Amino acid sequence: MSVIDERFADLRASGRKAFIPFITAGDPSLDMTGRLLLRLSQCGAAIAEVGIPYSDPIADGPVIQASYTRALEAGIKLEDIFATIARVVPQVKMPIVSMVSYAIVNRLGPQRYVEDAQRCGFSGAIVPDLLVEEGDELREICRQRDFSLIHLVTPTTPRQRMLRIAECSTGFIYFVSVTGITGERTELPQELYEQVAWLRERTEIPICIGFGISRVEHVRQLAPVADGLIVGSAIVRKFVEANDPEVALAQVDELARALIGAMG
Amino acid sequence: MNSHTVERVQSASTQIPDQRGRFGEFGGRFVPETLTRALVELESAYAAARKDPTFHVELNELLKRFVGRPSPLYHAQRLTKLAGGAQIWFKREDLNHTGAHKINNTLGQALLTLRMGKKRVIAETGAGQHGVATATACAHFGLPCVVYMGAEDVRRQKPNVFSMRLMGAEVRPVTSGSKTLRDAVNEAMRDWMASVENTHYIIGSVIGPHPFPMMVRDFQSVIGREARAQCQETFHRLPDTVVACVGGGSNAAGMFFPFIEDASVRLIGVEAGGRSSSSGEHAAPLSLGTPGVLHGSYSYVMQDRDGQTSPVHSISAGLDYPGVGPEHSYWKDSGRVEYTFCRDDDALATFDKVARNEGILPALESCHAVAKAIEIAGTMNAEQNLLICLSGRGDKDAAEIARLKGQDY
Ligand SMILES: Cc1ncc(COP(=O)(O)O)c(C=O)c1O
Repeated sequence: MSVIDERFADLRASGRKAFIPFITAGDPSLDMTGRLLLRLSQCGAAIAEVGIPYSDPIADGPVIQASYTRALEAGIKLEDIFATIARVVPQVKMPIVSMVSYAIVNRLGPQRYVEDAQRCGFSGAIVPDLLVEEGDELREICRQRDFSLIHLVTPTTPRQRMLRIAECSTGFIYFVSVTGITGERTELPQELYEQVAWLRERTEIPICIGFGISRVEHVRQLAPVADGLIVGSAIVRKFVEANDPEVALAQVDELARALIGAMG
Repeated sequence: MNSHTVERVQSASTQIPDQRGRFGEFGGRFVPETLTRALVELESAYAAARKDPTFHVELNELLKRFVGRPSPLYHAQRLTKLAGGAQIWFKREDLNHTGAHKINNTLGQALLTLRMGKKRVIAETGAGQHGVATATACAHFGLPCVVYMGAEDVRRQKPNVFSMRLMGAEVRPVTSGSKTLRDAVNEAMRDWMASVENTHYIIGSVIGPHPFPMMVRDFQSVIGREARAQCQETFHRLPDTVVACVGGGSNAAGMFFPFIEDASVRLIGVEAGGRSSSSGEHAAPLSLGTPGVLHGSYSYVMQDRDGQTSPVHSISAGLDYPGVGPEHSYWKDSGRVEYTFCRDDDALATFDKVARNEGILPALESCHAVAKAIEIAGTMNAEQNLLICLSGRGDKDAAEIARLKGQDY
């Protein structure tokens, strides 16, 4: 059983849902990434997702894209991110997973990526541009090391394929709420609730919903059907809008507590 | 095309790529799950169209009456004399409607768009040639069209921006990243992520996830099929050497593919050598890059140690791209095709040479191929024949060339 499996087992046993914040590594700085993770853990985040900045992220909307560009322009390298995670992991109470493009995993080699990521304290990886068909090698490496490999399903995924993706995933499934890129939405699609419920009945693996979630209303609407909710752009945006990172940190704290509160 | 060549091409291309879209180890499908259904749908629509004679009849009619195919095989006699070796022949893709080879692909994909019942088209463009060719196909069929173009390319390829707008396309300048072709592809993919249910993305080269590299190659193979037949008709043999420029690699793939099984024909792809071979100064991933993942496929790419795509440079917007089609990577590693590069200033000097000696203004992209070809022709003898894919015309580059030379336009 992986750390993430244990986390969901605990949550389910106590009837709670996972709040999963996404943050970009190195934006505005790696020091702030460390502090942010600590703060989110104190707020009660169940798991954290750390985005490894990538030069060509096609699944990301303007907010996350721009944060990746800033981090890369600041010269953030993968080894610096690993070092930051290694420093933070002993201080936080939540597992941390990397959100990483396959371009990066492939460059290091899947074996080395998983070894290095696991050594520094990551518990799993979400590889948004790796389809199940291309994932055999990485999946086997992750399986051997009990490192979670979280695949995504989307509203365009046919139902039979959803089941296949669920079978291939470990830790949890990332259910993408919208047909599109990351970024906050005012409203989420009506069918979403039914789609998740359909899958919910057919698989044991925890289902977490992400993309577009930013408001208390979204959380109230979706928490009952999911095991967890992922919030990204709404957090990353705080550091763009507040010119003082300390202010942004306080705002993220406030947002996280409000969203966790709404999970019931 | 006659039935024999159809068969030949189809049998070769059903083996390569394989079921998973792999050319050897290259290619594949590295995209977000959201796009999978559309790619599967495209794959089966294309497989059906390929077997459907009416599709070929329709496409060939368009290529004949709308594009003006077959494009001529032209003997560049004064350049031949200048090079002092092999006979130099141009396959005149510059004479196609819209001025480049790009239209061969956009008409094929526009027909598929209709077959799939999709209502809107998006595209990326670098030099603007693919954007114009897409806008043209869309105007012809009455499809709404949005073209993503790097802001830097909007600046250096103004005439094409204007043409696209004249034909009713919306040109969206892209200001992220390097503001060139790579960023335009990113933006087009992001649009497609949200619009995939009703929109087809007409990719402009042999890049991207399966089935694009195979499909675009097939549509562009009309270049090599015609050229092969024209060579046999004109000088009763196959050419000894064939040269084409390589950006994403579509004109080269289309030219080379019908010659791949002709072991006697030497195939040479010319990348953009830019200012120097230091990182960031060129756009030559096959010559100077490493295998990696970009824009949905595994292929040679310019990247750093972490897998981040490196900045690239070329004087020609159409070659200013850090990646290349996976089949070229396969041809490179298998040794079937040789790849080299040509520097900015050689390409620029060649523009003048072709203009003054042949009365043809070639696209700066094509000048890369011509520059290397003249060098190579000089090492060959007068009984030999060297065929160049003159992929496009240079009108679009005139203003930029004037600017680079400090002259009025
Ligand atoms: C005239 C011309 N030649 C070549 C290219 C490079 O593309 P490819 O390598 O796909 O043929 C372009 C791209 O815009 C072009 O306009």
